[in-house]
Amino acid sequence: MTFQTSNPILEVQDLTLTFGGVKALNGVSFAVAPGSITSVIGPNGAGKTSVFNTISGFYKPASGVIRFDGEDLAGVAPPQRAAKGLARSFQNIALFRGMTVLDNIKLGRHCHLKTGPLGALFYSAAARREENELRQEIEERIIDFLEIDHIRKSPVSALSYGLQKRVELARALAMKPKILLLDEPVAGMNREETEDMARFILEVRREWGVTVLMVEHDMGMVMDLSDHVVVLNFGQVIADGVPATVQANPEVAKAYLGSGDIHSLRERFQQAAQVRRSA
Amino acid sequence: MNFDGWLLFEISLAGLGTGGLYALTALAFVMIYKATKVVNIAIGEMLMIGAYLFLAFTSTLMLPIWLAIPLSLLASALIGGLIERTLIRPMLGESPISSFMVTVGLSSILIGLVELIWTADQQRLPEFFPSKPILIGEAFVSPKIFYGFGIALLFIAVVLVTFRYWRGGVALRATASDQAAAYSVGINVPKVFSLAWMLAGAIAGVAGIVVGSIGGVSSAMGAFGLSVLVVVIFGGLDSVFGALVGGLLVGVIEALAGFYLGGEYKILATFGLLVLILMVRPYGLFGTHEIERL
Repeated sequence: MTFQTSNPILEVQDLTLTFGGVKALNGVSFAVAPGSITSVIGPNGAGKTSVFNTISGFYKPASGVIRFDGEDLAGVAPPQRAAKGLARSFQNIALFRGMTVLDNIKLGRHCHLKTGPLGALFYSAAARREENELRQEIEERIIDFLEIDHIRKSPVSALSYGLQKRVELARALAMKPKILLLDEPVAGMNREETEDMARFILEVRREWGVTVLMVEHDMGMVMDLSDHVVVLNFGQVIADGVPATVQANPEVAKAYLGSGDIHSLRERFQQAAQVRRSA
Repeated sequence: MNFDGWLLFEISLAGLGTGGLYALTALAFVMIYKATKVVNIAIGEMLMIGAYLFLAFTSTLMLPIWLAIPLSLLASALIGGLIERTLIRPMLGESPISSFMVTVGLSSILIGLVELIWTADQQRLPEFFPSKPILIGEAFVSPKIFYGFGIALLFIAVVLVTFRYWRGGVALRATASDQAAAYSVGINVPKVFSLAWMLAGAIAGVAGIVVGSIGGVSSAMGAFGLSVLVVVIFGGLDSVFGALVGGLLVGVIEALAGFYLGGEYKILATFGLLVLILMVRPYGLFGTHEIERL
């Protein structure tokens, strides 16, 4: 059933994550091909965001390996993961409130700036060059591309939800990522905003060559955009493959909808109870 | 202006002098609160440590003033960092009241240390301010208070510029705003925590040296921190601007109450203000309202 990927950019192997006694992730494995759009889906509480938080280093897995660009990420702190090219957005927008859109995006480059405090203080030639390059890249490419030129000076807290999500994407792009982890990029958006975001995600891949790994509930969008879909349920991978095969998989339909028959519903509850007990 | 006007002016100036030091110390408090969300009740004792370090470098080691000042600030910063690493970092993720209680304990420890090393007796710091009285119009200002105010203003400016333009300062503001986001863009959050405590230690050290030069040093000088606490509650725990305005205002109110009502009313006025502000705007004049997340 596993989707075969040669030379994956990101590889998750047998990942297990526990909170107290609860197994949030139980032996999760999947691989992300470079240049692909891969989606992680699953019912609420399936462990999707846990996968993300483990990949970005916020959670420490009980066991398992995460390999990025061929390198084992165990023991690499989140800031270093960012510098290696792992950028992410958050389910509940995490922007620096009280700062402007431009400042927020510029902070995305924080992990790559070389100028030390003294250089910045005296505004050395190197610091100036760095700042200019940064400005050009950010202003001409990212801001133009995401069509947020008109709000660059606005404080982020004054923006609509859809625009805030877009600023978050811009900040992630400023990090020069190799892989972009998007946690529910279109949650809570209206149709128009969703379509804009879908277009941006496709163009990010085309223009920047960035690999995208996303968690999303909007099935239409997932099936349209993804090259590869991984389905989680109760912390385990229940299906993994191209959108069409995943959609056709009866396990997936059961996980989402139940099978409509009372025995299988009982079975699901028992399974859930068992997961909690065994943990 | 008649005589009474000049007198009022003179007292207000003296109040502003103390107020500048309140503002500077409040800035150190706010920096810690913004970055690490710790209410540091030991800020007055950190200030005292700065003053005693200066005493040690000048009176005991007989170093010249120009060397003793940067050395004491450096040492204060290191102690600030040490406090963060040994006492505050292990409290990460605990409830705010727990880390608050840790700082309550810290203040006792610092007082005890000072009494062990330097005894509880009041001591004088070496004079280093020019002693020529300052006259502004007809108002007389004590030179110590005048220069102390100048130093406070200078360091406040340095801190504000640092916050605005230095990358570490920007990282600090970003961390204060959203820790998860700061982590994800590659900011080393634990390092920022240490940085905040070190900067706060150094700032408190500056204030300590000036306060000690004006009124002498003793193991009770941490009580200065009580007024600073009123300042930050007044201005808002997380507001730099509030710390500055609050500091100056509390300084002037204390001076006026002390002169027109008598010295024993100073503290009464300060805490009267505290009660008032807690009743009217419990999050302070410029603090952010806590937003309930649903």
